[in-house]
Amino acid sequence: MALTGLQIYKLLPASSTKPEVKAHANCKECGYPTCLAFAMKLAAKQAELSLCPYVEEESKRQLEESAAPPIRLITVAGSAKKLEVGNELVLHRHEKTFYHPPGLFVRVKDTQPDAAQVAKAVADYSVDYVGMSLGLDGIAVEAAGGDFGATVAAVKAACPFPLILMATDPATAEAGLKAAQGTTPLLWAATAENWQAMAKLAAQYKVPLVVLARNGDLNALADLAEQVKNAGVEDLVLDPGTRDYADSLAAFTQLRRLALKKNERKVGYPLIAFAGDDITLAAQHIAKYAGFIVLDQFDPAMAYPLIVLRANIFTDPQKPIQVLPGVYEINKPGPSDPLMITTNFSITYFSVANEVESSGLPGWLLVADAEGMSVLTAWAAGKFDAERIAKTVKSTGIEQKINHKRLIIPGHVAVLLGEIEEELPGWEINVGPREAVDLPNYLKTRWG
Amino acid sequence: MPGIEVPKEKWSGKVREVTLGATAAEGGTRTRTVTVGGETTLPFLKFEGEIPHPPVIAIEVRDQQPSDWPALLLQAWNGATQDVAEWAKAAEAAGADLVALRFNVSEQLNAAYARQVLRRVLSATGLPLIVFGPGQADLDNEILVAVAEEGKGERLVLGVCEEKNYRTIVAAALAHGHLVDARAPMDVNLSKQLNILIHDMGMPVERIIMDPTTGALGYGIEYGYSVMERLRIAALQGDSMTQLPMLVTPGEEAWRTKEARAAEGVPAAWGDYAKRAINWEVLTSSTLIQSGADIVVLRHPESLRRVRAMINALMD
Repeated sequence: MALTGLQIYKLLPASSTKPEVKAHANCKECGYPTCLAFAMKLAAKQAELSLCPYVEEESKRQLEESAAPPIRLITVAGSAKKLEVGNELVLHRHEKTFYHPPGLFVRVKDTQPDAAQVAKAVADYSVDYVGMSLGLDGIAVEAAGGDFGATVAAVKAACPFPLILMATDPATAEAGLKAAQGTTPLLWAATAENWQAMAKLAAQYKVPLVVLARNGDLNALADLAEQVKNAGVEDLVLDPGTRDYADSLAAFTQLRRLALKKNERKVGYPLIAFAGDDITLAAQHIAKYAGFIVLDQFDPAMAYPLIVLRANIFTDPQKPIQVLPGVYEINKPGPSDPLMITTNFSITYFSVANEVESSGLPGWLLVADAEGMSVLTAWAAGKFDAERIAKTVKSTGIEQKINHKRLIIPGHVAVLLGEIEEELPGWEINVGPREAVDLPNYLKTRWG
Repeated sequence: MPGIEVPKEKWSGKVREVTLGATAAEGGTRTRTVTVGGETTLPFLKFEGEIPHPPVIAIEVRDQQPSDWPALLLQAWNGATQDVAEWAKAAEAAGADLVALRFNVSEQLNAAYARQVLRRVLSATGLPLIVFGPGQADLDNEILVAVAEEGKGERLVLGVCEEKNYRTIVAAALAHGHLVDARAPMDVNLSKQLNILIHDMGMPVERIIMDPTTGALGYGIEYGYSVMERLRIAALQGDSMTQLPMLVTPGEEAWRTKEARAAEGVPAAWGDYAKRAINWEVLTSSTLIQSGADIVVLRHPESLRRVRAMINALMD
């Protein structure tokens, strides 16, 4: 929990009870006139504690602890790709945003002859969504009685993504850690039975470690995490052991609340979820608080919707996705095909583009720079007026691509008709439907 | 070591319970009624509050087989989509809680026709009904007034009421004992304002279902998700004009997307068409249920089965 300026002041030399420290009260060496001024700057995160050479060790520890994020940032890395999760600050995305999208991992077993092929398929998978190239994040290799070390080595060779090593037997786990050297895998898992050996391995190989409890027992989970931390492993990930919908939702929600609202350090770590081959359960974990999600199957028809959902949920609500203003060609339009205009708010653009595209009708879609607002909002804010519409027509070079001068405007801005005609002499302005869904019918019946 | 204390929110508010449909004893002809709402916490968090009624699933049926639905969707109903009564029966057999009858814009659409269609659907299924007009103000008013009269006593949900067109529909619902679906465009304040306008006409709050609108997965679902989450939090905090159950139409939204419509000419990374299309509807619905939807209107029977399995698992 962040400290206030006054709380910080109590930890600085001016408040010290030790004469040798107190002697440096308001010494200005930090560059600020008083300890209080420095404390205020620290609270506002505009100064670094290291500027004060006299702060006591105990105060330093308290200040550092208070500055630590409530959910620790954990990094895993493959040979050519890393993933960071954690550092989340809110329970609901509208309160600010969710920062680090959960890693989507596919599980293979060391008894599975095609483990390396699956790993390669996962590595090669990439899908385009609103101009972003997105994919999966890694492979979880599970010890199931095969040759764990060899399988980890083969998977690592086939896939440059981070790995999760799933072995609860320390000797087996070590074989996997050796095979994964040069990367930073996540080790799963320390349990009540094996935690000392696993903590030792995690420290020795410098990898983050999953702490596993049974059936959502959060007390056991917190205690075990504390023990592992005291054994010297600070990079932890929590697995409450729940595998179903209801218990997972309860456990993940409680852990997130404990970390954020109660500042419960013992559980201030990212969470790992196992969704089996259930895409709906994986979707729950995307919205409700997982840092790692392990799937039992790689199937593009599952991966694509999950990746899109993750992109949607982790979009910053304050920064709507915009599309680039310009000319968009839909269904290979020719010079005589219809010309429409809309705004660059992503939903608006995709609603319109999607309707026209799925109708099979060719058309030109002009996207005006309306600062990422929808048609009605932009119109009300003066960001989608006759001037901007005319400017879009003139500046995009669309006139060279078509052999007519007809422009369809959204029905919601019918009121702009006259002004646009003034701004664009010689053009015929048509008022289209208000809603994108009515566009195909409009184009079929009114264009020609 | 002291134990971890599970943090529980002390919400002061509660979502109102709304009952759809009426049995013979209640003046209707439905074989059962469906009650939604009543939550005193966020979706499925039973460790801190009451979730007295699970979210329910309506299946959308049309008075005529729509020309713009993908074949995958129509085929799933094995020909039942060619007749509205058969379709409603099939929806009930597939396990729907509600039937959402929606009228297409067509030549024959008028009040008399709408009455006849309603009668056929009422006799084909015992489930409570939601009735949506074709989505054009004049037609909606004409059709829904007739439907309200014809279905007197059935506690239908009539929709959609929007800010620009709600008075006629609300008046008809008031006069004949029905409920209304109040739809606002993905905005907490607009939702609240419309609820107030409808309530001001004399409609009891227990007969309003709010419809915050949504986008499909990939097409704005995050806006719908967060608006619903905010509405539900406001309700639990005690804001009475947001304490209404929420209805959304993920089926309609999902089946409009290219992902659910295009079997060919799409990237291989999209995967098998049938699986992907159904996953699109399922994830759109399941995500909205996780953010507070009480009624989802779906289209594909497989989506119905899978969303039901999720709801059952979460209520378990």
